Amino acid sequence: MSTELTMTLEVFRYHPETDHEPRFQAYEVPYDEDWVVLDALNWIKDHVDGSLTHRWSCRMGVCGSCGMMVNGDPKLTCAVFLKDYYPRPIKVEPLVNFPVERDLVVSLDGFMDKLEAVKPYIIRDDVNDTSGGEYLQSPAELAQYKQYSMCINCMLCYAACPVAGHEDEFLGPAALALGHRYNKDSRDQGQAERLDVMLVGEAIWGCTFVGECTVVCPKHVDPAGAIQQAKAVGAQEFFKRFVAPKGAGV
Amino acid sequence: MAHGTTHEHDVIIIGGGGAGLRASIAIAEENPDFSVACVSKVYPMRSHTVTAEGGAAAKIKPNDSLEDHIYDTISGADWLADQDAVEYFVNEAPSEMIQLEHWGCPWSREPDGSVAVRPFGGMKIERTWFAADKTGFHMLHSLFQTTLKYGNIVRYDEHFATRLLIDGNGRCRGCAAIELRTGSVRAILGKAVIICTGGAGRVFPFTTNGSIKTGDGMAMAYRAGVALKDMEFIQYHPTGLPGTGILITEASRGEGGILVNKDGYRYLQDYELGEALDVSDPRHPQKRAMELGPRDRLSQCFIKEKWAGRTIETKDGHVVHLDLRHLGEAKIDKKIPFVRELSRNYAGIDPVYKPIPVRPVVHYVMGGIDVDSNSATSVPGLYAAGECACVSINGANRLGSNSLTELLVFGAQAGRHAARFAMDNPDYDVSELEAQAEDEGARIRRAWFDTSRRNGERIVTLRTELHDAMENGAGIYRNADSLQSACETVADLRARYRSVTLDDHTNSFNTELTAALELGSLIDVAEAMAHSAIERTESRGSHQRLDHTERNDDDFLAHSMAYHRPDGSPPRIEYKPVTITKWPPGARTYGAGSGLKGEDR
Repeated sequence: MSTELTMTLEVFRYHPETDHEPRFQAYEVPYDEDWVVLDALNWIKDHVDGSLTHRWSCRMGVCGSCGMMVNGDPKLTCAVFLKDYYPRPIKVEPLVNFPVERDLVVSLDGFMDKLEAVKPYIIRDDVNDTSGGEYLQSPAELAQYKQYSMCINCMLCYAACPVAGHEDEFLGPAALALGHRYNKDSRDQGQAERLDVMLVGEAIWGCTFVGECTVVCPKHVDPAGAIQQAKAVGAQEFFKRFVAPKGAGV
Repeated sequence: MAHGTTHEHDVIIIGGGGAGLRASIAIAEENPDFSVACVSKVYPMRSHTVTAEGGAAAKIKPNDSLEDHIYDTISGADWLADQDAVEYFVNEAPSEMIQLEHWGCPWSREPDGSVAVRPFGGMKIERTWFAADKTGFHMLHSLFQTTLKYGNIVRYDEHFATRLLIDGNGRCRGCAAIELRTGSVRAILGKAVIICTGGAGRVFPFTTNGSIKTGDGMAMAYRAGVALKDMEFIQYHPTGLPGTGILITEASRGEGGILVNKDGYRYLQDYELGEALDVSDPRHPQKRAMELGPRDRLSQCFIKEKWAGRTIETKDGHVVHLDLRHLGEAKIDKKIPFVRELSRNYAGIDPVYKPIPVRPVVHYVMGGIDVDSNSATSVPGLYAAGECACVSINGANRLGSNSLTELLVFGAQAGRHAARFAMDNPDYDVSELEAQAEDEGARIRRAWFDTSRRNGERIVTLRTELHDAMENGAGIYRNADSLQSACETVADLRARYRSVTLDDHTNSFNTELTAALELGSLIDVAEAMAHSAIERTESRGSHQRLDHTERNDDDFLAHSMAYHRPDGSPPRIEYKPVTITKWPPGARTYGAGSGLKGEDR
């Protein structure tokens, strides 16, 4: 650690009560090779400017709170180190493709609606009863959906997605991967209900398979793959429901 | 703070982590006509349950028994747990865990499709369900996603509750909460309230706990006159990464990892924790022994090794090594992949090739809001569950993997009892509660938005002093002098707290204001911890006094009860007997054959 060294953070600032438009503010922070970008933001807030506003909690890459644009790329700020950028300045901005609430805090309203829309819970016909013990699920059946269950809702994939920014109907990578996760779960019987949501308009078809969502995912989920698989299922279903006439024996 | 609108529901839950979400579902499912409010300072999936790694205990396998889970829990607690509560907990645990399985939690599986279990510290038989090493993450997300099924659960995300609202009949009827987006203070009213706000590890500087774990719910209850129970019992987890305090799960030892000192020696064998079997011995890792001893003992052994000069000095303090190399890459990647990811990212170590540096780290508060075996506090209509509550099943030391199960069992129980209270006590006066919430908004505005006060102390100054005082005074080993010093510093900080000033006097998303309010919670909780600790002149479980080194059942087989005094003077400490049913206090032994049978049983 060399506390005499410093580096510069250029931070996006916007306050809805006082600012007409966003601006950037430069802060000089101590350079510590063990520090992540989040540590530098916290140091600024504690010691220099208490009005700087950002979200964080676990600082170990699992709560999903601290996603921001770091030099233009969507990152968890608890997982990128100052040393990866030193001595160049680091530009920190709120995640793109989301409305900004204040400074580095974006609105989750639309994202939460999309998560809820895909019915991300087990749907079954039978009555919920625990007396018969657990539902059996083989390791192979678990492997069918496990990686899609690893999403931490950090929303980096929405910031990376060229469609999510301008197509409101598009449910987006995380929500579609989550819907797919339940569709692939051997304990679930709710695929038809979910497809009712996913096959509407641009909900899933909006995806143009750029694949940036998978590239930026800090938890190695493959939303692009999930969307492609779900589209294939959806195409069959779409054909059954809307293209093939009833009783055509498809 | 602008006065916000009033919102009415049947039951109000403060906190959206594991316990709060389980309580929400319990009420929503059993009372479809009820409206349940879930008020949380963060979005539920950010709650700290998310970071739990190793697993959740419940008897499921035929080689295990409820009796063994009960005995492991009670002996692990150094007999400070209430045995009726432990029995209820252990009996309910299997169905709660199966319920979560039915709700989609992706538990790791055996080849036959049944859920897999692993051993944890202090356990006679392996009974820890796990989802690789992201158990808390999967439990939290499964619960949160399941809540989305219920139209009668209304979320107040990013609402910071600051005060409980108590009606003229002394019943708790809601909370005042700052809506972070607008800064307005809302009255969120209901017929009953459950606090599920988690622990308070942030009282200490070096903790596994995320920034949100500031004991707000504990402090709110304390200020409302509810006792904080057994607050002197703070769990240090033996294996945190130096520098960050990030947790390396006990599952790494459950899978066979070993702890060695600077000489490469498995030092735990010198501390009555059993024999160091070779890692290639099929009996390794031995349950209730060595690396699978209880957390309090392992953390204490570290300090003794440090005193003996056998730890390794680093720029982030002294460490020992957690060696996983003999497990091999395939097993590490299958069973504890997150351990590898965290070690690589935050310690620059790949545990496949190198041992991980670790040191004890504040992890869990055994104490909390005093509740009875129905999760009810002394204030009618007010309940608490999860880490913020103290039933107590954890006593003087919690067993690893009991806390996640506790969220489910007592979250559900608190939900059911609160719902019943709401049905039986439906009527309250809205205007008197609204007036309290308006008062609360005015109080916050006066305390923090007075722009004539400038250049007071910064939040970080007081927080750092609090951290130092608690680490130095109330750490793994304490004595009267160190605790007296901690008590004095906390009192000094309480006085200076009023003169802290903020840079930010605006309304929208004022996280400097919430940090100031959190600091207030930390001071309250630290006060209860330090004063409870100085009064307990014995050593038991995680509370180790260098000036009173023995357990003293004659005087202290009792829960401490810290009562807040509104005038700011030190809390009143009282004691309440521990409930002992079938397991009289015995010697707490670990090592070969311990807990199987013998004189302590």
